[in-house]
Amino acid sequence: MLEIKNLDVFHSYIHALKDLSFTVKEGELVAVLGANGAGKSTLLGTIAGLYRPAKGEIIYRDEDISKCSAERIVRKGISLIPENREIFGTLSVRDNLLLGAFHRYRKDKTTIQKDLKEILEIFPALKGREKDLAGSLSGGLQQMLAIGRGLMTNPRLLLLDEPSIGLAPLVVKEIMSILVRLKASGVTIILVEQNTQSALKVADSALIIERGRIAHMGNSSEVIADSSIREAYLGRVCL
Amino acid sequence: MKISKYSGLLIALMLLAVPLAAQSNYLYSILIVIGLYTLLVHGLGILMGYAGQVSFGHAAFFGLGGYTAAILTTKFAWTPLPALLASVLLPGIVAAVIGRQTLKLRELYLALATLGFGILVHIIFNEGGELTGGPSGISGIPHLAIGGFTFNNDRDFYILVWVLLVILMTGIKNLIHSRTGRALCAIRESEYAAENAGIDCALLKLQAFIFSALLAGLAGGLYAFYVTFISPSPFSFHASVQFVLMAVIGGLGTFWGPLLGSMVVVALSEVLREVVPLIIPNAGGEYQIIIYGVILVVLMIYQPGGLSGIKRYFRRNPNNIINSSSE
Repeated sequence: MLEIKNLDVFHSYIHALKDLSFTVKEGELVAVLGANGAGKSTLLGTIAGLYRPAKGEIIYRDEDISKCSAERIVRKGISLIPENREIFGTLSVRDNLLLGAFHRYRKDKTTIQKDLKEILEIFPALKGREKDLAGSLSGGLQQMLAIGRGLMTNPRLLLLDEPSIGLAPLVVKEIMSILVRLKASGVTIILVEQNTQSALKVADSALIIERGRIAHMGNSSEVIADSSIREAYLGRVCL
Repeated sequence: MKISKYSGLLIALMLLAVPLAAQSNYLYSILIVIGLYTLLVHGLGILMGYAGQVSFGHAAFFGLGGYTAAILTTKFAWTPLPALLASVLLPGIVAAVIGRQTLKLRELYLALATLGFGILVHIIFNEGGELTGGPSGISGIPHLAIGGFTFNNDRDFYILVWVLLVILMTGIKNLIHSRTGRALCAIRESEYAAENAGIDCALLKLQAFIFSALLAGLAGGLYAFYVTFISPSPFSFHASVQFVLMAVIGGLGTFWGPLLGSMVVVALSEVLREVVPLIIPNAGGEYQIIIYGVILVVLMIYQPGGLSGIKRYFRRNPNNIINSSSE
């Protein structure tokens, strides 16, 4: 579904991603792990069209999308849930969700309301709070809203940047179980996480990035089992 | 006291009815100016309050509208109605051309670019020679005539402006509650997140900019037909600042803000002009400016969200007070 070929990305003079290549299969949940500043968020931002690569290709469903704008990439079925959620705080929960369907309003008008209901089924905690301002929600609910807005874009590929950050363990558990359900429904997911324990539990494969390069890629069970990888790149992971 | 959903309509009807009953030309002229400024500030409100883009160049679009109407009717013998349409379209076309580049800029840089555009257009008005009439301007602009009816007195022009305003405000109300309105708010909140949600931010910002220029052009064209004389002075940088002031005083991102802001800014200058000499005999214009400034500063300190937020004081439910800040 997604093939990254020799990707090089710079943030002004900083070489953030160096000759990165990997593939993601349809329906797979890939955990992208690594230390702070390794280049994980840059990778997601580049796939989502927020950063322009200096070199390399991003092949999504047989098409190079490396030069597409962020908005066009959303239309192609890729949705990024950013690290700090970036919900629209002064708009209602309902408006936030509807904004996710902005690009398909004309084509898909009738299915949008149905999708809205489905999102509220996936995140029952948001039910009854549709008219509340998004900024008044708790951190966990805001994260659910951010994922919900991402799902309203009708994505085939969901990019999640540290969805567990700043959340209570119970909420993290709930969000991870939702990701498993989404994966089961056919959505391909790339999950960037600092919480390696939670991420490896739900992921099919893991990609470890170190200073902009791929340090390791393989099945998540392989990573869990290999103590040398765990110690070298992930610190103490108790599974 | 609960404000009913019909309060806006009642206020509008009162505004329309009171001057008609009073039959005062002075009152008509003040309300015409307020109506024209409200048209312009509504466009600016969409751009600033909803799309979150600052413009210090809207006096230029106002002027382009006015000069288009003046030049086409006096130099090219156009009839008023097509000239009015051209006065709406030309600022829109200019906005489309300059907006493509300037809207790539953000915050202060955008403000500076629009300010520069405003100054440039003002210079063109002043130095336009025969075409613009230079600093002396253009006189002899005909009154607006539509289908054989000429708007040649204050009362008729007042009705025209306010009927147009009510129609446009109804359209704007629909716009801000539509998906486009939501998308504009999203851009104001975070362009980054808006793009992630699949919103074409560049296109929507440009559309908001063009829309605001069209309304400024309409206000300018009507102004030229009302005053029947035009010169560069009402379209200076000072006017652009005043329009931004009206938008902010009324309340950015609010429906009633542009009307309230225009009313307060225009009425305040008129009231101070009458009242200050009564309190301070032999006072010059500088006293009016000082008092005007102090009132605006106090207003902004105690009502930073603009005058539209004042309705929260009439609400009993404390939850509404929180919600109203976001309106």
